[in-house]
Amino acid sequence: MKAIPMILAVLGLVAQPGFAQPAPEGNAERGAEVAAQCTACHQADGSGKHIEDGESWPRLAGMNAAYLAKQLHDFQEGTRQNAAMAPFANMLDDQQIADVAAYYSQMEATTGQGGADADKATLERGQKLAERGDWSEYIVGCASCHGPGNRGAGDVAPGIAGQHAGYIEAQLQAWKAGSRNNDPQDLMGSIARRMSDDDIHAVAVWLANQNAATE
Amino acid sequence: MIRRFFCIALIGAILFSSGLLSADEKTEKYINTLTELGYPAPEENQLVHIPPTMEDLEEADVHPELKRVIRRGYDLFTNTQQLRGENVFNNMDCSSCHTGAGRMPFSAPIWPAAVTLPDFRGKNGHVNSLEERIAGCFTYSMNGKPPEYGSDKMVALTAYHSWLATGVEMYPDKPIYGRGFPAPDRPEELSYSRGEQGYNEKCAVCHSEDGSGLQVGNQTVFPAPWGDGSNNWGAGIVRLFTAAGFIKNNMPLGQPNSLSDQQAWDIAYYISSQERPQDPRYTGDVEETREKYGPTFHKHSRYGQIREVDGKRLGDHENTGEKDFLKPDTVRSRTFE
Ligand code: HEC
Ligand code: HEC
Ligand code: HEC
Ligand code: HEC
Repeated sequence: MKAIPMILAVLGLVAQPGFAQPAPEGNAERGAEVAAQCTACHQADGSGKHIEDGESWPRLAGMNAAYLAKQLHDFQEGTRQNAAMAPFANMLDDQQIADVAAYYSQMEATTGQGGADADKATLERGQKLAERGDWSEYIVGCASCHGPGNRGAGDVAPGIAGQHAGYIEAQLQAWKAGSRNNDPQDLMGSIARRMSDDDIHAVAVWLANQNAATE
Repeated sequence: MIRRFFCIALIGAILFSSGLLSADEKTEKYINTLTELGYPAPEENQLVHIPPTMEDLEEADVHPELKRVIRRGYDLFTNTQQLRGENVFNNMDCSSCHTGAGRMPFSAPIWPAAVTLPDFRGKNGHVNSLEERIAGCFTYSMNGKPPEYGSDKMVALTAYHSWLATGVEMYPDKPIYGRGFPAPDRPEELSYSRGEQGYNEKCAVCHSEDGSGLQVGNQTVFPAPWGDGSNNWGAGIVRLFTAAGFIKNNMPLGQPNSLSDQQAWDIAYYISSQERPQDPRYTGDVEETREKYGPTFHKHSRYGQIREVDGKRLGDHENTGEKDFLKPDTVRSRTFE
């Protein structure tokens, strides 16, 4: 860690490299109280919900705390936009964000929903994209960034295995359309823009049927 | 532009044209994808080969036992960490540098070795086989100890290399499109501090500021560009032009050719100015080693040079990383007598 001139750090004028947010320590117990306001959508067990033909609510249980906190800050700053979610992010101060992120990250991951009726060819295509990618189209495999089993890689890329199909599909479409662009260095956008609608659907349904928890 | 490809040797494509596309259309599409990403189109007379994929293998008309061994080779190539402590003593998989499981042009695709070897190699001054070439990457890039020649692991790996070359003639007389890590033109001046800044902005999010990368469980997600988890000082990628070529053509992951030539070279210079395990050819003295292997190798690296920021002589240490030997016994000369 390089020393940052104190005055600049206090004013928040120093751009933090990577994902580092000058975050307070999260306290999961206090986070549980904050989460009472979130259960209507994200559910009491943090499982969220796949909603066919509607807006799905992401699973938060078992996700990386730093990633969750980053998303809440991004909603507040408007670099990530969503009408249903933004008001709830806006209610929280930095400490509450750290607390609620800690709370959800410590919950046991639940299973993904959606895509149960997908056909074999779709699932095979999805598996290929998720595990190996399709380099002939320069689609880098998801696991290259999202880690073994697509269960997440540090604070960089969140777990996407066992996330709901509807949510995964919506996020990839949002990147493709440019309406989600809060990823560092356009890392996710560069991949999503190379994917066809069919590929997005295939990888979403395959991932939803994978286990989110580490073996 | 595209029309020209039809007179280029189209080899693999003919065997593996899948579904509705003809071989020519498949190649055209393949090249279009690459040129849209900023790679150069093939030159007249270059050999273009689209290596088969693992899905093509399933369909292929070869002995099921061969399929099994090729799959094993693929598995070893993409998850080489399974040999950690035995043959591999750093965080690398073969596919950490040979992206797309060794199939991608401009990322040193591995199939050319299967059709151009045995041949003379300047690095060790004798004629090398495919196995010996693979052993070279184990020794230097993996900071390791190659599997025995002729062992199951070695045969599985060579089977995978050879399978990717399916349909290409032996000893082709045309230059191969996308071979190696073609370097952009070297700019006049390289800067350590610009390289450091560029690395921290564009690369550290994955490879981390201290170059240690990221492992999850016992698998590598983001390999280590320097330090004990990285390749040693004898690996090809410590040469500045090779590193610059790799970076320009392949990094940041998913955004090839997005850096300027200057950025790619500055970052290569910065990475190549960091410490890593000792060159297995070390004689016990860094200057002597640099002199001995200068003409064939180290004149392109920072090995043995003084780093401007702290006056440290690079490579002046006995650290072999995680392994407890310096040189595996496959590093030896041959006389063929
Ligand atoms: C009215 C429903 C609703 C409520 C209540 C709600 N959320 Fe959300 N939340 C959403 C939706 C919808 C999304 C997905 C937004 C998108 O598509 O970008 C989301 C996304 C998120 C994300 C990003 C997850 C990811 O994987 O990127 C976090 C973190 C989050 N919510 C936390 C909370 C917290 C904490 C609360 C309570 C303080 C809360 N939400 C309350 C609907 C809700
Ligand atoms: C080059 C690296 C990279 C690759 C390859 C990649 N991703 Fe991502 N992805 C990211 C990063 C980084 C984020 C986090 C973005 C953020 O911080 O907001 C992300 C986020 C996501 C999210 C949002 C998760 C959430 O909870 O909101 C989804 C969904 C996703 N990726 C799916 C995929 C799929 C599917 C693939 C493969 C087709 C893939 N990614 C390949 C880097 C990558
Ligand atoms: C740290 C990066 C790195 C890793 C890891 C690595 N290699 Fe290499 N490999 C290189 C470089 C650099 C070259 C030389 C490319 C050139 O000619 O410019 C090379 C060349 C090769 C070639 C010859 C290609 C040709 O065009 O003839 C083969 C075959 C090969 N590697 C196989 C492997 C195998 C097998 C592994 C895993 C055991 C491996 N490599 C791991 C960097 C790496
Ligand atoms: C999104 C994450 C990500 C970013 C950002 C990224 N890399 Fe990589 N890098 C990887 C992965 C993953 C590999 C292994 C190749 C693969 O899996 O396809 C790799 C491989 C490498 C290697 C070869 C192996 C090694 O560690 O020596 C080097 C060198 C490298 N990257 C340098 C860079 C440089 C320089 C930058 C910035 C310009 C950069 N990378 C940005 C993910 C990343």
